[in-house]
Amino acid sequence: MTTAHQPDIRPARLAQSAYAQAFADASPRLTRSQTLLEAERCLYCFDAPCTTACPTGIDVPSFIRRIAEDNLRGAARTILESNPMGGMCARVCPTETLCEAVCVRNTQEDRPVAIGRLQRHAVDALMESDRPQVFTRAPETGKRVAVVGAGPAGLACAYTLARQGHSVALFDARPKIGGLNEYGLASYKTPDDFAQREVQWLLAIGGITVHHGWKLETTAQLDTLRRDHGAVFLGMGLSATHVLGIPGERLNGVRPAVDFIAELRQCADVSTLPVGRRVVIIGGGMTAVDAAVQSKLLGAETVHMVYRRGPEGLSASQAEQEWAQKHDVRLHYWLAPQEIVGTLDLANPTATDAGHVCAVRFARQSLVDGKVTPTGETEVLQADMVLKAIGQQLGNPLLQQAGFALQDGRIATDAEGQTNLSGVWAGGDCRYGAPDLTVEAVEHGKQSAHAIHAYLVET
Amino acid sequence: MANLHTTFAGIHSPNPFWLASAPPTDKAYNVNRAFEAGWGGVVWKTLGEAGPPIVNVNGPRYGALLTPDRRLMGFNNIELITDRDLDLNLAEIAEVKRNWPDRAMVVSLMVPCQEESWKAILSRLVDTGADGIELNFGCPHGMSERGMGAAVGQVPEYIEMVTAWCKQYSKLPVIVKLTPNITDIRLPARAAKKGGADAVSLINTINSIMGVDPTTLTMSPNTGGKGSHGGYCGPAVKPIALNMVAEIARDPLTAGLPISGIGGIGNWRDALDFIALGAANVQVCTAAMVYGFKIVQEMADGLSNYMDEMGFTRVEQIVGKALPTVTHWQYLNLNHISKAVINQDTCIQCGRCHIACEDTSHQAITSERDGKRHFEVKEDECVGCNLCALVCPVPECITLRSLAPGEKDLRTGAEVSDKHADWTTHPNNPMREASKL
Repeated sequence: MTTAHQPDIRPARLAQSAYAQAFADASPRLTRSQTLLEAERCLYCFDAPCTTACPTGIDVPSFIRRIAEDNLRGAARTILESNPMGGMCARVCPTETLCEAVCVRNTQEDRPVAIGRLQRHAVDALMESDRPQVFTRAPETGKRVAVVGAGPAGLACAYTLARQGHSVALFDARPKIGGLNEYGLASYKTPDDFAQREVQWLLAIGGITVHHGWKLETTAQLDTLRRDHGAVFLGMGLSATHVLGIPGERLNGVRPAVDFIAELRQCADVSTLPVGRRVVIIGGGMTAVDAAVQSKLLGAETVHMVYRRGPEGLSASQAEQEWAQKHDVRLHYWLAPQEIVGTLDLANPTATDAGHVCAVRFARQSLVDGKVTPTGETEVLQADMVLKAIGQQLGNPLLQQAGFALQDGRIATDAEGQTNLSGVWAGGDCRYGAPDLTVEAVEHGKQSAHAIHAYLVET
Repeated sequence: MANLHTTFAGIHSPNPFWLASAPPTDKAYNVNRAFEAGWGGVVWKTLGEAGPPIVNVNGPRYGALLTPDRRLMGFNNIELITDRDLDLNLAEIAEVKRNWPDRAMVVSLMVPCQEESWKAILSRLVDTGADGIELNFGCPHGMSERGMGAAVGQVPEYIEMVTAWCKQYSKLPVIVKLTPNITDIRLPARAAKKGGADAVSLINTINSIMGVDPTTLTMSPNTGGKGSHGGYCGPAVKPIALNMVAEIARDPLTAGLPISGIGGIGNWRDALDFIALGAANVQVCTAAMVYGFKIVQEMADGLSNYMDEMGFTRVEQIVGKALPTVTHWQYLNLNHISKAVINQDTCIQCGRCHIACEDTSHQAITSERDGKRHFEVKEDECVGCNLCALVCPVPECITLRSLAPGEKDLRTGAEVSDKHADWTTHPNNPMREASKL
């Protein structure tokens, strides 16, 4: 295939004034009046299904009743007791598949109580109050714990341990802490620097020392951590995007969606960010949706989100899919990427990684006798930019060297996150079986913190 | 179409819905609007003696008990009787009555407990064309401290005395408005009848304080930091009023005395409750103050459609219709057995029935079956108390089933009897002979 097409990637596709509106809060705050009306819809269920559905087990009816009783501080405390990152989770949780999915109001009225938005109302009110702290750190225990990775899992673990009086050394490779909360979520989900404001709230408990720009790269580092601390928690997430393994993957204009999202989140003026006129996102998860919608918001003309299986396999929730469609993202199913086509002569396969992407060729697939099978047809989507949102992997050879039991490339642990190395726990995306939601990472961190606390008290 | 025309103590009105003596009937402007909207009659806001009018506070006169979605359940006020000049009121009453001859025009009165005072005010009414008078023996605030309103209504002898004066000095029908702020409502009603009253109306408002401001720890509502108890009304007081109406209607000493039912009436269903328990018409205030005068149209239409449906042609046919079902507790059939039934098809599985029963009643509702959320009545524990049906958020999801005679009550193991047996005959009652009233 030969083409002389010129790529069209550039910043400032929109009028300067349009950006602020495009990247404004996706789910504006409820007013006080809306909050009280919505809180009143909660039936205060016995053994509430929403609480059971919450990975962190927030006592939802109790916090909503406190909101209804004008006790926002008590409501926030109830939330944060179970989930110290209840503020972020209120913004990013796919509540429509968790607490709100099982709300009995669905059965009665086809509309659940807006639990996520109520939760946000309560936590925001607390954090913006003049007494934002609700918990007091227990007396210093003299025990030291190292936490590697300051994403949701690491922060939740560090916070829970610090609250119990332990001293936590928190290590992170990036300039800012927060992990994917800071670098991996769409801007409109966490506007107004909420990730950092939440980090500040967490650190204010005291007893946590942050070490920036620290990356776990050698077994010697791990040995030192284990020697100097009573316990170690690993929550460093996943660092490498999976490889498609098709020709053209290294063409200019092809990049991991997480990098695109991170750049966007850290950009002070998004109008300076280049975006393709035509963007193809490969993948079907929430990262794919975040990348697709934000491409559109930056001014891309056409954005295709392409998934190799059918709609039922998509890991982005129904609400996320609707959000994408609302932003005119075109969803394609049953298309497996076959080749990323560049602007240079591609007749010669050895030259496929030269030049700039201009299209992606997909093989159409279908389900035959329960097996995904190519139909023989191909489809080509023109593209100036290709974002890969096909999941990430650990990509850290150290773990194997250090003797960790791994499973599917991630660290194998028990139910509370304890690894096969004594005194070492792991949680969040780097732990095997992690279902990849922020709220689940938080629960990992919290569970491991409780296990570590019990372990430290014994030793 | 049912005829809603009623005659109450000789006073005709095109429907049984009157506006009670209160702010909505304070002046010609409001009353004209009320009649335009369709109200059958009004009781003009209470007139006092000639001379300098009374003075109201210039702060909040009203307080409310609201549901969280701000529907008004209870209402309280500290407004006094009219604060307008007597002559002006009388002139307006005459003019409005002239313009609306088919509507009931009753004038509420409250003057000091002296024969001369009553004689004087009654003589002023003669030329107004008013259809009747209502004696305000009920206002619990402001005027009662001056020896009027509830201060009279709480002393049956005064009621009888003043009523007799009014019958002596006026040809108009006399309706005595009763205060609920007493122990036994039958006594003032009997006194009114003895004094010659043509009818009673009830209830007036109930002594109340609405709450406390949590920041200032000041009672509410308050005027410049101090408050005073007000009169409570609105939907929340209806059950109290219904009981009092039924008490008077059932009392042999007041039997046949027309009753104008007042207290929390906001729709035709409320009105029907009062009428079926003995009221010949009803008076409304709070609902009009919340929604405006137009609600009378829905009330009249609702009652009319109900009557058509039930085959009633005149309101009188319903008056007191439910009274034979009201009795003393000791005559309730203790052999009657009810059990709650949960409709599994409409149950939304909130579990409120379970926790209410489990924590506060008879542990008669399950919470799971085969490891799954499931709420079902355990008939061997259920006493048929009705709590579950009331806390259930789904209408008609939980109902009470009456066991048929011969059926086994799983709680007691006994067969349900078809015989009536009440406390007066119950073996556990040591006073079973004496308890027969």
